[in-house]
Amino acid sequence: MSIVKTENLIYEYVKRDEEGNEDGVIRAVDDVSLGIRQGDFIAIVGHNGSGKSTLAKHMNAILQPTQGTVWVDGMDTRQEEYIWNIRQRAGMVFQNPDNQIIGQVVEEDVGFGPENLGVPTEEIWKRVEESLRAVGMYQFRSHSPNRLSGGQKQRVSIAGVLAMRPRCIVLDEPTAMLDPSGRREVIHAVRELNQTEKVTVILITHYMEEVIQADHIYVMDKGQIAMEGTPREIFSKVEELQRLRLDVPQVTLLAYELKKRGLDLPDGILTTQELVQALTGHA
Amino acid sequence: MLRDITLGQYYQTESVIHRLDPRVKLAGTLLYIISLFLFENIAGYIVAALFLALVIGLSHVPFKFMVRGMKAILFLLLITVLFNLFLTPGEALVSLWKLTITREGLHNAVFMALRLCYLIIGSSVMTLTTTPNHLTDGMEKGLRPLKFFRVPVHEVAMIMSIALRFIPILLEETDKIMKAQIARGADFESGNLIKRAKAMVPLLVPLFISAFRRANDLAMAMEARCYHGGEGRTKMKPLVYRRRDRLAYLCILLYLGCKATVGILL
Repeated sequence: MSIVKTENLIYEYVKRDEEGNEDGVIRAVDDVSLGIRQGDFIAIVGHNGSGKSTLAKHMNAILQPTQGTVWVDGMDTRQEEYIWNIRQRAGMVFQNPDNQIIGQVVEEDVGFGPENLGVPTEEIWKRVEESLRAVGMYQFRSHSPNRLSGGQKQRVSIAGVLAMRPRCIVLDEPTAMLDPSGRREVIHAVRELNQTEKVTVILITHYMEEVIQADHIYVMDKGQIAMEGTPREIFSKVEELQRLRLDVPQVTLLAYELKKRGLDLPDGILTTQELVQALTGHA
Repeated sequence: MLRDITLGQYYQTESVIHRLDPRVKLAGTLLYIISLFLFENIAGYIVAALFLALVIGLSHVPFKFMVRGMKAILFLLLITVLFNLFLTPGEALVSLWKLTITREGLHNAVFMALRLCYLIIGSSVMTLTTTPNHLTDGMEKGLRPLKFFRVPVHEVAMIMSIALRFIPILLEETDKIMKAQIARGADFESGNLIKRAKAMVPLLVPLFISAFRRANDLAMAMEARCYHGGEGRTKMKPLVYRRRDRLAYLCILLYLGCKATVGILL
């Protein structure tokens, strides 16, 4: 069964000019239907303004569809009575680490979600400890978030969501404001969660290197799903990706260029190792 | 300059004061401040200073952190001292041109300055040893009776806690914007008061825009984590009075007794 399912999802908003007059309707998400299986690692990529963040905000009932339907764990996001259940099932991590940490101490922040859910005190402590251990931040439990690095702050945010025991985590460009090492840290933590805790992960990003390990990739453009498939399927279409203004990992690009010049290489090479193997196998 | 305000800056360490129930610390701070304004005399100030020194010693927070908070009110302190010094009528000590320093003025100025210093340091001790979340928890629970009068105690506590959490972030941001504007030729330091106030506009406008954006983001993040007001909310760190809290109340009462006795007898 799908944990998140959308059917003909359309989201429109009215654009206003500086005086507040209506200036046309923008369709941010245009007829998207998808189903995400429990336990998968899903990546949604697309350049700025492709509608990927708007789509993500529907999976947590922050936005309501203009047309079409979104189901989270079988619950329609438009039904008011399910809203808190939906937000507990599908946790969300946002882009700016500073603007989503509420507590002044790491452990208090992680406890914020369970507190809102009305979880008993002892259980909150248990969950906080488990969640912080799962993202490798337990030794920082009594630190102030202001003294952590960007990657560490994002891991705390992920722990904050985990403590609500979600079945699915939606990460809306969690690495956009981080340096390369912070980015690696966060992606590693997310992958670990997916593999050991079996949490469904929906990662929204525009860094193509981060999606190589995904089970399934959706590429968005102009509010629609332009491409979908496994990483290998997606990255074998280098020209199409470039047309959608997306970066292709360097190795994939190199393999693509070599193939164009006449080398007999397979499509969709994702890692340096694969390329080396393919090349030496030939020589 | 703005960075020097220690209020809302929790200092992480282990101490008895840190572990006290925030309600004790809140009530203690309030009583301490009130005590500063009652029973004025030199002996009383010595008692107050001793008590403050004892609490600071127990708190394990380096003294320089407390003094840091003082820099921000230096200007206010100076004005208070000068006004008291020159504008109190009474027996003249020194006369300079049109200004006269009176015995009463000197007395007032010194005590007012002391009082303000004690007040700031005293409340800094509280904010340095209590996480804002803890502090607002204390207020929320301590002020719960007000709910009866339809005072939104939980909401106010939450607002305060968030405000405190964002102070360091916004200060950092102010610094960044200031540097960015200085790099473009903005001048924050010269000119008269009006000119300087005008110079603040290019600092304040981006700061406010950013603060609103952050508020919007934060509200969304809070809703995403199922925040829906104080109704049905449990506590990760519920407040329970322990033995040390009762002892602390006793200490505060002892201090008040001491101060009153000294104040009345001497």
